[in-house]
Amino acid sequence: MSRSRTERLVNLVICLLSTRRYLTAAQIAATVPGYEHDPTDPREHEAFQRKFERDKAELRDLGVPLETGTTSVFDTEPGYRIARRDYALPDIRLEPDETAAVGIAARLWQHAGMAAAASSGLLKLRAAGVDVDVSATLGVEPLVTADPAFEPLQAAARRRQEVRFDYRTPEDDVAHTRRLQPWGVVSWRGRWYVVGWDLDREAVRSFRMSRIVGRVTPVGPGNAFTPPPDLDLFSYVSRWWSTPVEHPNRAVVRLKPGRAAGVRRRAESVESGPDGDRVVLRYSDPDSLARWLVGYGSDVVVLEPDEVRKAIVARLRDLVATLSGPGGEEAGGAGETTAPPRQPAGAEAEVPA
Amino acid sequence: MTTTTAGERLGRLLNLVPYLLARPGIPIAEAAADLGVSERQLREDLELLWVCGLPGYGPGDLIDLAFDGDRVTVTFDAGIDRPLRLTHDEALALIVALRMLAQLPGNADLPGGTGNSRDAVERALAKIESAAGDAAAGLPVAVRLPGSAGAERVAQLQQAVQRRRALRITYYTATRDEVTERVVDPMRVLLVGGHAYLEAWCRRAEAVRMFRADRIDDCTELDEPANPPPQARPAEVRDSIFTPSPELPLVTLRVGRWARWITEYYPCEQVIEESPDRWLVSLRASDLAWARRLVLGLGTDVTVLDPPELVEAVRREATEALRAYEDGSAPEGGGEA
Repeated sequence: MSRSRTERLVNLVICLLSTRRYLTAAQIAATVPGYEHDPTDPREHEAFQRKFERDKAELRDLGVPLETGTTSVFDTEPGYRIARRDYALPDIRLEPDETAAVGIAARLWQHAGMAAAASSGLLKLRAAGVDVDVSATLGVEPLVTADPAFEPLQAAARRRQEVRFDYRTPEDDVAHTRRLQPWGVVSWRGRWYVVGWDLDREAVRSFRMSRIVGRVTPVGPGNAFTPPPDLDLFSYVSRWWSTPVEHPNRAVVRLKPGRAAGVRRRAESVESGPDGDRVVLRYSDPDSLARWLVGYGSDVVVLEPDEVRKAIVARLRDLVATLSGPGGEEAGGAGETTAPPRQPAGAEAEVPA
Repeated sequence: MTTTTAGERLGRLLNLVPYLLARPGIPIAEAAADLGVSERQLREDLELLWVCGLPGYGPGDLIDLAFDGDRVTVTFDAGIDRPLRLTHDEALALIVALRMLAQLPGNADLPGGTGNSRDAVERALAKIESAAGDAAAGLPVAVRLPGSAGAERVAQLQQAVQRRRALRITYYTATRDEVTERVVDPMRVLLVGGHAYLEAWCRRAEAVRMFRADRIDDCTELDEPANPPPQARPAEVRDSIFTPSPELPLVTLRVGRWARWITEYYPCEQVIEESPDRWLVSLRASDLAWARRLVLGLGTDVTVLDPPELVEAVRREATEALRAYEDGSAPEGGGEA
């Protein structure tokens, strides 16, 4: 933006903020430097109108609330003004510990767009006279990351506008186009989800944002739907984890001395014996336990119960047959014949430290 | 946000007048630092503002500034005496972040605070929400930090960071499947991607390390100040804590449909979708024994292609384990120590 345009826009704001009456375009042109033109010359007049339209759009983009209306019934042409109460950030006074909290909050975003929004918000608070302390720390910093789909989805949810996007879970061979009335977005267990009414499934669905492929496209006008009252967004993403996992069952395993540290730290008891350490573990699902313990190979041998022993032996037999036989090349196919071992509820990415 | 750099300057100018108005006689250098612009840029902004204003609109007509050496004072504001309201995005960015902070254990000391940081966060949140007005109404964003499990440990770590105390920790390193004891100098606690981490100088490794809170099996605060050496710098954390280093061995797996989820869980170097039941997945493993445990646990859905020693290790371990069950038959047999 040229210096003269910036200057003109500042003047336009000063002009519209200081008027109670709605000012017509002609009145504005007569007041604000930079709009001078001969209104009787059609070409000059048209150029002015284009310039004025661009300037209004620029102000609206910045969040300046331009009001349109007429002051009296005799006015034939609508005019413009800026209502001070809509323009100005209300008076805000923060105590020192509150400003410290705001300073910490503003640097949590690891998402470029949201980080920029946080700092420009902070600058407005500074302009309102708040001295923000940016050196304070809480000792804990939650870093807020966000997927690319975050911005368009939260914006669509706010405007109540339908969206379309391609979605693919790891089990899908191709992405599927989904149409959704987005009710809101949720951060849960470090991931972002969008929750809403799936227009094709005709049901409430939640989608993990990291699985959205490509762009989120807003469809149709805003205010296209109304989310249910008393909406609890979490109830749609936390369903699978809502009840605490109980471990009612007991398994006894034998560990080679000094091995399988990961199993020992979850042990209810450890007892040394001549042939290794006998360890008691609590579990809920024999297959999940087998899947975990089989990773430790011969370091861990399950003594009881039989359901876990059988699950492990079955897994090992499959594995050995696959690895030694010529069919080893078709390992992927063999997996399909067994029940799909979904990722266990508590599974987490291993993060080396 | 559609604000361009040009729009940014306009926004900055509209913000600058009330900012200066609230701080008469502020040194220009201080204002520039506060507003995140160079001193030169700020002076250019001030020059531009100086000629703004409308004839007949006020006592001085134009915005008026008084300079006193390197200090500046606004003497006439031409009606721009308040900053603009927060935009939707600004309100969202601040409010969502504050809502996250409000879920932390609230025992930190903030400057001028009462020792109850959660209370301060909640007061700040209420004030920002109220100042944001419509921009904050019906914000369609809900956040919840990772569960309460381990909350006590996180609070303990947070306290150690705040009190600058060294810690003795018993730590389980999942990649090496070993438990070690170390003395560490805490630097900060991070919450990223659903987990809490202690970033600290590890005196054993003589390097900065990230310790996942739920793998710290035991933790004692020492009667000794935390003293990370000057070379201890916090890591640059973007999306994930663990960025695989190219020096680590590359493991290539053939993955069937029901094990594809690993491509979402582990940072992968490459995923080639050969066919629905054959994905070629390459990832870096900091320890081949870790990779062996992973592969054995995934069963027949995953086959190791590379490196050969991992192929061999998986085969040997599976065969030996099976022998421990079949030969030794009885739960009592097998397994030589």
